[in-house]
Amino acid sequence: MNIADAPPPGPGVTSAAAGRGPLAIEAISVSKDFRLGRGQVLHAVREVSFGLYRGAVVALVGESGSGKSTVARLLAGQEPLTSGSVQLDGAPIDISTHKAFRHYKSEVQLVFQDPFSSLNPVHTVGYHLKRPLRLHQATGTERPGPQQITALLEQVRLTPAEQFVDKFPYELSGGQRQRVSFARALAARPRVLLADEPVSMLDVSIRLEMLGLLNDLRRDFQLAMLYITHDIASARYFADEILVMYAGQIVERGPAEELTQHPAHPYTQLLAASAPDPDNLGSTLRAGAARAVRAPEGAGPAAAGCPFSPRCPLAEDRCRQEDPALLRISPARAAACWRLDVAAPEVLAGAPSRPGHGEVGT
Amino acid sequence: MSAPRRDGAPDAGRSGRDPVLAIRDLSVVYRTKGGDVRAVDQVSLDLHAGEVVGLVGESGSGKSTLAYGACRLLRAPALITSGSVRYQGRHMAAPADILQLRADQLKQLRWQEIAIVFQSAMNALNPVLSVSAQLLDVIHAHLQISREEARERAASLLDLVSIPRSRLRSYPHELSGGMRQRVMIAMALATDPEIVIMDEPTTALDVVVQRDILAQIVELKERLNFSILFITHDLSLLLELADRIAVMYAGQFLEVGTASEIRQEPAHPYTKGLLTSFPSLRGPRRELAGIPGSPPDLRHPAAGCPFLPRCAYGTDACTQVDMSLAHVRTSGDPAHVTACPFVLPETPVRSRGDGPAGAQAPTLVPSAPAGTEPSHEEVTP
Repeated sequence: MNIADAPPPGPGVTSAAAGRGPLAIEAISVSKDFRLGRGQVLHAVREVSFGLYRGAVVALVGESGSGKSTVARLLAGQEPLTSGSVQLDGAPIDISTHKAFRHYKSEVQLVFQDPFSSLNPVHTVGYHLKRPLRLHQATGTERPGPQQITALLEQVRLTPAEQFVDKFPYELSGGQRQRVSFARALAARPRVLLADEPVSMLDVSIRLEMLGLLNDLRRDFQLAMLYITHDIASARYFADEILVMYAGQIVERGPAEELTQHPAHPYTQLLAASAPDPDNLGSTLRAGAARAVRAPEGAGPAAAGCPFSPRCPLAEDRCRQEDPALLRISPARAAACWRLDVAAPEVLAGAPSRPGHGEVGT
Repeated sequence: MSAPRRDGAPDAGRSGRDPVLAIRDLSVVYRTKGGDVRAVDQVSLDLHAGEVVGLVGESGSGKSTLAYGACRLLRAPALITSGSVRYQGRHMAAPADILQLRADQLKQLRWQEIAIVFQSAMNALNPVLSVSAQLLDVIHAHLQISREEARERAASLLDLVSIPRSRLRSYPHELSGGMRQRVMIAMALATDPEIVIMDEPTTALDVVVQRDILAQIVELKERLNFSILFITHDLSLLLELADRIAVMYAGQFLEVGTASEIRQEPAHPYTKGLLTSFPSLRGPRRELAGIPGSPPDLRHPAAGCPFLPRCAYGTDACTQVDMSLAHVRTSGDPAHVTACPFVLPETPVRSRGDGPAGAQAPTLVPSAPAGTEPSHEEVTP
């Protein structure tokens, strides 16, 4: 990678989430390749570095196939790393033995997207919570009592809790199931919660409530949270820092409000332009403006150069030949683009002031 | 009669011409051991030529049941208990009531006149047949044309949705989610239908692809002049896409109006709740309220307004309220109707600071005196 005129990536940027609490888990130049057979290799995650901080939410935003979920699985220790390392409290994670892996899981928990397939249809809510309680919290031979289970259900506001203990997943709505998933993750008393699209399968009217719940859990348990989503608007409200991922790389990172209001990378700008804009009835849809940056047929990420270059309206020769590294724009922002001077002159000039951080309104 | 092109203005669909599809007092129940579930309760809706009507509601609100019921696509235990669905296509001499058609007439009507784009393109396409085989299936079933012509038509359908013809030989698993959804749209358009029902066509897709598909739908609609009944749980989409929006809850319409009326002057507390449920990317950060609680159990409908348990404005009077749609008094448009007979304070919802949970119920101003409320027949949206 030729970064002659760019400062080294990563270290120069201070995460916008760092102000909330101490560093809990850190990914350092994490990469993951998948072998597809016939000698083909898919670089699902490339040189990704970021940290999660206690009491803070970092959002990982990108389209399907950008590698977001793989990042979560790598952090959760579900997949071996191809290179790089994941550090929990400053030490590389150890998942070499069954016992060490279980210990790691009690610190780092994963919540999945689909509440319809992530719960076992033949087991009750109580069973789903009893197991992690027994694995992660039980001391000696003592079995988890019913009050531990109802306490968990109350934490995720499934009340009256007694009524839910003996229910099966099919008796619950999508939102209630996802609450059970949260409760199951909390049963291990983790410090890190990796939420992989936790609300995208739910009705719009319920999503907000669920994000509010996650926000409360973050605050009450000082969770270090990774929020994976393709909805950049919800990340604006919910996250402290946003990482934008494209083709396995982080192409832009910065404080949530600043990044969404003044996106610097052309891909972030495309994401922002694609969000529905109810204040602007029908205009962009009807003008066909959104189609200007459509991916050319069959164009995956570029083999060489910037992965976004085949879709980028600003791409020039250099973009197709050299892969840009994350370039620090301001103390908390960075973007990987050769053409930032054209894509976001006002961001480079430091024009945007930083509005205050708010919480998800409830 | 050849349908003249519309100018795209939201009100153009109601310029006095007969609607293409007129649903009247449609009721659908699901027969269960625990009693009838009233999934759709006396709903009336008009769809005009070239119009996009959006149907928004939560899971289980009955929006898909309404659309499928209107096409008689429901199977037992679903049962249509009342109503009529009058269809007047441009090729038809006289209107037909879909609910009265014989099976062979129904087969004629489906797909050729009314086509559906189903929600999950992953499941709706046959995994073991190529795109071409599936398109040809539809074409041969509904059009009497030669194999050569059919093949050419299949290819031109892919052109229509901007998929290269080389993809005809592809199988569904070789296509991306967006492409599969576009194939579904191409299939729906295979026989040049008058009405396309789209049931959450973009829900499983990510935002960039979603935007792309929606833009494509709008473009095709302008070109081929069909009408769209668009079903979704995402009101923010409809505000951009639809000419008119019907807000559905517990099997009933709570409010019907143009997209801008719904956006600017929502009359029903539920509509207001929906409007504060989605985070906006642009503009100032606003207070997000959401709608606490969950929809009612339709097996045991309570008297009065079904939204009452979740409503921040509810009063005792709401348990007796007549759920027929009446004109919103504050609105200049007679077609802007709501089931809430109360005029809510603070009409523009944007600055509303009160969260519904535990909020004091504001004073309600009763609207028109009893007796002047129009009946269902008079205010069919």
